[in-house]
Amino acid sequence: MATIAEIVEALEESGDVVATSTFRGDTRVVVLPERLAPVARRLQVEFGFDMLIDVTCVDYLQYPGARDRFGLVYSLFSTESNQRLWLRVFLNEPDLEVDSLVPLWESANWMEREVYDLFGIRFRRHPDLRRILLPEAFTSHPLRKDYPLQGRGERHHLPVIERGES
Amino acid sequence: MAVELPDNVVMTRLDTLASWCRKNSLWPMPFATACCGIELMATGASRHDLARFGAEVFRFTPRQCDLMIVAGRVVMKMMPVLQRIWQQMHEPKWCISMGACCSSGGVFDTYAVVQGIDRFIPVDMYIPGCPPRPEQLIQAIIDLQDLITDRETTVGTEAEITRREPPKRALSELPILPSSSGAQFRAPPRSS
Ligand code: SF4
Repeated sequence: MATIAEIVEALEESGDVVATSTFRGDTRVVVLPERLAPVARRLQVEFGFDMLIDVTCVDYLQYPGARDRFGLVYSLFSTESNQRLWLRVFLNEPDLEVDSLVPLWESANWMEREVYDLFGIRFRRHPDLRRILLPEAFTSHPLRKDYPLQGRGERHHLPVIERGES
Repeated sequence: MAVELPDNVVMTRLDTLASWCRKNSLWPMPFATACCGIELMATGASRHDLARFGAEVFRFTPRQCDLMIVAGRVVMKMMPVLQRIWQQMHEPKWCISMGACCSSGGVFDTYAVVQGIDRFIPVDMYIPGCPPRPEQLIQAIIDLQDLITDRETTVGTEAEITRREPPKRALSELPILPSSSGAQFRAPPRSS
């Protein structure tokens, strides 16, 4: 069984890794968007990360010291070795597209839909990339930092029922 | 010619009788979407015992209800559901907006939460509080019973009565009336 350090070393050797860091025993590996799918596949097949715990996203707009706008977070877990690893991918406008990981882990399906719904990041070859939480008619991606907290009037654009018509 | 009535006969108006029946057998529709719903359940349970006011028969189908109690936040995705349930209820029907979120959005001033259900469906009674205590809900039901007594319900449908009434005022304009268990918002009487 390879330790996390050995896994990171193996990834670095293949040249896929942009940066790594460790915080309180949790290791994070940054990869380029176009290398995400191969790296994820390798982690699954070669190193036994058989579970995708979470896919989420951070908007670094006006974040001190941040160079990229969006940072995707993939939490991986191995049920055999009890190891965890975090994959990070950074994206910038206008190229907000990354490969879907649904072919590797089925659990990516709804989580990628959620990221698409709230951040507007598109996942290539996702089998069903629709909004999952917000109404179909919604046009914005409200977890982006440039979206106003109180919305753009969506909550007021609903039909009104008076007593007379009910 | 005077008619002698036996002691066990009471003379009344049909309206009064109908209102008396209605107000003492309200069947609530519990539209509980958040934490206020817990307080709504407590009101129905044995300690506070809504049955004392004839309103204990919670029904989960709108076809059998005449009092909608909206307890909790309503988000914009939920509003069409709420409206459909309201439209499925038979007249005469009433609506209680329970809690700060339901009446005004409460602390949830965000893109998704409707800022007061009275913007989109008719509301007869508002209960402040986060969450309101069961006593407050009971007081609202008592106030609603008074409101039902005041209204003539057999002379026409609610729709016809509404047409004769002035338009509903916004929540912020409603007077705060003192009542026995704390202040309640109460819609002004709908007289023509
Ligand atoms: S008013 Fe308070 S208790 Fe009621 S739903 Fe809102 S947050 Fe929950």
